[in-house]
Amino acid sequence: MGYVLSRDTFASLISDLSQNYRIFAPVRKKGAGRFTDVDVVMYDNVSNAEAIELEAKSDYSSKEFITPLSETLFYFTENEVKESDIDNRPILVFGRSCDIHSLKRLDQIYLDNGLAKDPFYKRRRDLVKYVLIGCSHSFENCFCVSMESNKCDDGYVFSVDLADGNVYSDVPDPAFDSYFAKYSKDKRDVVPKYVTENEVKVSVTDSVPHSIISHTLWDEYTTRCINCGRCNYVCPTCTCYTMQDVFYTDNGKVGERRRVGASCMVDGYTDVAGGGQYRRKNGERMRFKVLHKISDFKKRFGYQMCVGCGRCDDICPEYISFSNIINKVSQASKEAE
Amino acid sequence: MGKLDINVGKLKKNAFRYSKVRGETASRIRIPGGVIDSKSMGKVIEIAEKYGTGVINITNRQGIEIPGIKLSDMEKVNADVQEIIDSLRINQPEKGKGYPSSGTRNVIACPGARLCPFGCYDTTAFAQKMENNIYPNDRHVKIAFTGCSNDCAKVRMADFGIIGMTEPQYNKDRCVACKACINFCKRRSVGALELVNGKVVRDTDKCIGCGVCVAYCPTRAWTRSREHYFRLVIMGRTGKKNPRLAEDFIKWADEESILKMVKNTYAYIEEYIDPNAVEHKEHIGYIVDRTGFEEFKKWLFEGVNLGPKAEVNQRVYWGGRHYDKYGG
Repeated sequence: MGYVLSRDTFASLISDLSQNYRIFAPVRKKGAGRFTDVDVVMYDNVSNAEAIELEAKSDYSSKEFITPLSETLFYFTENEVKESDIDNRPILVFGRSCDIHSLKRLDQIYLDNGLAKDPFYKRRRDLVKYVLIGCSHSFENCFCVSMESNKCDDGYVFSVDLADGNVYSDVPDPAFDSYFAKYSKDKRDVVPKYVTENEVKVSVTDSVPHSIISHTLWDEYTTRCINCGRCNYVCPTCTCYTMQDVFYTDNGKVGERRRVGASCMVDGYTDVAGGGQYRRKNGERMRFKVLHKISDFKKRFGYQMCVGCGRCDDICPEYISFSNIINKVSQASKEAE
Repeated sequence: MGKLDINVGKLKKNAFRYSKVRGETASRIRIPGGVIDSKSMGKVIEIAEKYGTGVINITNRQGIEIPGIKLSDMEKVNADVQEIIDSLRINQPEKGKGYPSSGTRNVIACPGARLCPFGCYDTTAFAQKMENNIYPNDRHVKIAFTGCSNDCAKVRMADFGIIGMTEPQYNKDRCVACKACINFCKRRSVGALELVNGKVVRDTDKCIGCGVCVAYCPTRAWTRSREHYFRLVIMGRTGKKNPRLAEDFIKWADEESILKMVKNTYAYIEEYIDPNAVEHKEHIGYIVDRTGFEEFKKWLFEGVNLGPKAEVNQRVYWGGRHYDKYGG
């Protein structure tokens, strides 16, 4: 069932929802970008509709609630351990189709990749319901159509599309019907907007030959890439983390274990005992990342990891285009046949 | 054409150069902040072709000098530069008469935050505001703006040098200890950051507010302060007697205070300038050397309310070579 709301009643709906749900949504942070007086759109807790950035694509992805960049998992002292507390209220996360598609990838790694489910992931994941932000147009570097993540058939409780001063919502979850019935002036079928074509197109090949490992196409990234890891930190499907065991300095017997985001592009990722480092060159790191996203993950799980959101291309300070690399790999694979 | 009968003092104040070539002058175009629109640039070209020799000098202080103009053409040139004066919004008591003074030099600015990734503020806008604040004035004052501690505008050669600063804001919850900020602070800046228990600690005494940590942080754990801050360095100079670099005076200063302090300096100059100074021109620094820094500060701080973050060096000592005392 779908509803039409005015911007004002949508605002009332959001403040009503915020009584029962926390709301995690893209927010335009003024002047918080890399450069002076440049904004950044990233996720934060909000309590009113005005704060939600519904028009621009977020620079950072919605994964930051379920997999925070930095999270204390537990505290320890002597023989005791205590898990950290979290806010157990359910949370509505606003995301686009690519973000919702990325959830399957996150779940795959944390919940369905071996015997154990990650409890610290699960306790957050269980609180989350997604709100779909419709895409009325493709953004600069999006290639979701090629990655088949441009459209969401399920996985959201309601959708939000701005058009002609109104808010259009598809509400597949009946639990939210009462909220919408209360504020909507018009009930009708709504189909969330999605894009059917991106300017950027990639062709992903299923047959990447082993010889791609030593292909020269990676060489330029050894010098072009600055191994900052931005592409990983903004990626909605990157799941790598590392641990910090911290001992409080006033009392060395008390401390905490923190999980922090890790990047396969950043120094230290492949360091091993004895000083070894498996991928020293940035070109090698790029190869690992790209092949993981468009080949290795699929070999293991049967579908592509990359959702084509293009955030890696948006944020790369060196103008490296991930989508271009995908096409280069396909081309090189074809030539190798 | 009759014999030339020119008031050279007036000519100079009208922003024309006294040229070594007899009968010739050069028109000096002010470009506050170093930004000129293409139409005005077109006018410069037109003047150079019409009255000059088709040559345009780019000056050391981001101005333009059009040489080879006949002294007899000055009035016509003044009529033509009006369009440029209007377009660059130069203060002028009487239209059509050219520039009203030249003592207070063109205000310099690096490209700043409009273009440069490291710029901590809009240098051009501040320079234009400063120009509006102090021009026209015959007193010899040099002011320069630079976006960050790189000091590409070489503001330490000026009487007042304004260096952009940002106060890095740290959100530890977004920090993944990738160490980009620590490494780049060390390599590109002063090494004010270290990793303690998986999070970054900033040495606030050492930090120069350059913003390198913010520029290199991949997660937005580091962001810029909402406020733009400035390091004010003062009384740098070139010249024959005692060339020297400007020294740090105020760290974390604010825009309004800087505008006010520079304005106050003019009253101080009127009070203490050497009445016998050649062409009534004396670098402020030499006046400060004579009156003592305490007296200068008294005038400077008149009506100024520095922000809570401002750190003032109450004593400032300058170095440089003293050719006037010890010879070359």
